[in-house]
Amino acid sequence: MEQLVPPDHPGGVAPRRKRRVGRALAPYLLSLPSGLWLLLLFLVPLLLMLSLSLKTCSPSTGACVMAWHWGEFSSEVSLYHQEFITSLYFAAAATIVDLIISFPIAYWIAFYGGRRKNFFLLMLLVPFFVSFVIRTIVWEFVLANNGVVLGALKHIHLLPQGFHILGTSYAVMAGLAYNYLPFTALPLYVALERIDRRVLEAAYDLYATKRVGFMKVIMPLTVPGIFAAFLLTFIPMFGDYVNQEILGGTSNTMIGTVIQNQFLVTLDYAGGASLSAILLVVALLGIFLYARLLGSRTIEQYL
Amino acid sequence: MSIGATKDTESKAPRGVRSLGRSAKIANLESADVEFINVTKTFNDANAVDDLNLRVEAGEFFSLLGPSGCGKTTSLRMLGGFEDPTKGRILLGGQDVTNLPPYRRDVNTVFQSYALFPHLNVFENVAFGLRRQKIEKHEIKRRVGEMLDIVDLPNYEKRQSSQLSGGQQQRVALARALVNQPKLLLLDEPMSALDAKLRRQMQIELKRIQTQVGITFLYVTHDQEEAMTMSDRLAVMWHGRIEGMGSPKDVYDSPTTEFVASFLGASNLLAGSIVSTSGARTTIAIDGGGTIVVPTDHVPDLGGSTAVKVGVRPEKIGIFPAGTVVQPGHNAIGGRVRVSTFTGVGNQYIVETTLGVEVTVYAQNIGNQLAPRSGDEVILNWPEEHTFTVKPLPTTVEINETEGD
Repeated sequence: MEQLVPPDHPGGVAPRRKRRVGRALAPYLLSLPSGLWLLLLFLVPLLLMLSLSLKTCSPSTGACVMAWHWGEFSSEVSLYHQEFITSLYFAAAATIVDLIISFPIAYWIAFYGGRRKNFFLLMLLVPFFVSFVIRTIVWEFVLANNGVVLGALKHIHLLPQGFHILGTSYAVMAGLAYNYLPFTALPLYVALERIDRRVLEAAYDLYATKRVGFMKVIMPLTVPGIFAAFLLTFIPMFGDYVNQEILGGTSNTMIGTVIQNQFLVTLDYAGGASLSAILLVVALLGIFLYARLLGSRTIEQYL
Repeated sequence: MSIGATKDTESKAPRGVRSLGRSAKIANLESADVEFINVTKTFNDANAVDDLNLRVEAGEFFSLLGPSGCGKTTSLRMLGGFEDPTKGRILLGGQDVTNLPPYRRDVNTVFQSYALFPHLNVFENVAFGLRRQKIEKHEIKRRVGEMLDIVDLPNYEKRQSSQLSGGQQQRVALARALVNQPKLLLLDEPMSALDAKLRRQMQIELKRIQTQVGITFLYVTHDQEEAMTMSDRLAVMWHGRIEGMGSPKDVYDSPTTEFVASFLGASNLLAGSIVSTSGARTTIAIDGGGTIVVPTDHVPDLGGSTAVKVGVRPEKIGIFPAGTVVQPGHNAIGGRVRVSTFTGVGNQYIVETTLGVEVTVYAQNIGNQLAPRSGDEVILNWPEEHTFTVKPLPTTVEINETEGD
């Protein structure tokens, strides 16, 4: 009979309301750890960096005061526009190289990988279990003037003795392309893998040859993946400095190297922060463009 | 050939057909007959299709019916050019197409789950095949519009395929195939994703379109009702072989194998052996006792054996109170009703017979009979000519009637 107590009975109210409040709070409580994580380790540093770019710092003590120095941005751009252009060029070229190399790889795994698809994907990722810097240093050995590749080619007189790659723009682009290959290959793989094979059969059924099927069905359906691959590769390459530091010379400085120098060598925190802010804006513009062209839902699927 | 002949057939169509809307006719379409000659397809040492010989006449609505894994879809895919036969030849309109790629065959396919191009709108989906054939733009526009009228989707050109319901997607898939005026249309379980009501509606629609365009339809399904409703002829497949073929009525009323008898509709099957044949009547002794008489022309070739299974459809059996006099020319078995179920359109009885076998009986609900209740003693009888016999399967073989792919 106790179950029949009406809801407004004083005895029945308190626990029920408590439970209801708990249920309403549950999603917030569950998102609290990740929310705090984002706030403390992402949002706060970001705001600190943005405010730092408007401060003036004393080069001797390193102490910074807020000066609302908006001119910092334009002066940094006019000082380092060459490095921006170099970075843009390197990142774009290396991204295109990556797209060209990884498209056949992703295509082959997606369409012909069979039961070993996951194994092939793992093989693609194996080099990346090694630290980024170590990998780049290994590239330095590979590309060294008398290393495995050039040394052997020089030995059989296919290359002149004075030939070198290290220190040139090509070394930097090669390093970039190598280091970021999976960021291109994986989104392409996802896009190709997702294509319904029956849709392709339908194209062949409707008088499309293999080539036409590729151009009219596979390519259009891979476009979001290509764009995602481009963003995922281009943006980190644009700010990269490790490849240029290790493989590049003095004539091909990238903007990442400048930022790193400003923070760690010349202690120009405001300058480094404002350059970083500019990089951030460029990246956001890319993502915004992607969302406008291909819809924001496809971003969630690939990024 | 049809690509070149397209313009000719178009010009023969009377002027003003456009205004007829849904009844617009694509006149004088060529349709082709199909022939499978000793076709075998082997996957991983198992025969998906086993020495198939089949002939589909031009203009026919033919269904391949069978449980999943029976080889019906593989047969269709070989005809479409998506699989190569391991052995044998396939002829289309007398021409050997065995080794032609899909895009070189005058065949179009409606795929299971439609396989519409997700990046194209309805117009471009339907126009895809025409564009590949380099047909003039205004001609494409006219034919796509006409075809969308036929499948009852006018003014849907600009829609994206993701914005369409299942039934609409199916119509687009049909239009996309038919607009190319193929000599043969393949349909691979095109209705499996539709709900029951829409499915019945589309069955009528599809039959109407087939009659209207007049080309050969080869339809693959596991749904026996669907196959019987639409087909001129059908073949029941099992384990890569054809178990029975003919008009739906022939195959249903006189199944030739135990599998066909149990897959196509419901059957009561009683094991027995032939004891005597006198002219048009053959007497069979049932294993549990008693005899049943079968028209001799309903007895298949048993290859020397006398063991048979005698079958009768549940709806052919009359159910009467025990003691009712059995008319001449009828078979009769006594029994007791174990379960009586009212199903709306009728009553279904499960009767424990004196032969020790349970027999299912459907009686139509026409309101004037006394429905026996469970426990009642009854006598079952049916005309001799409604009895069929099939060759029994080896007891180790189990008929798996599960549906779906």
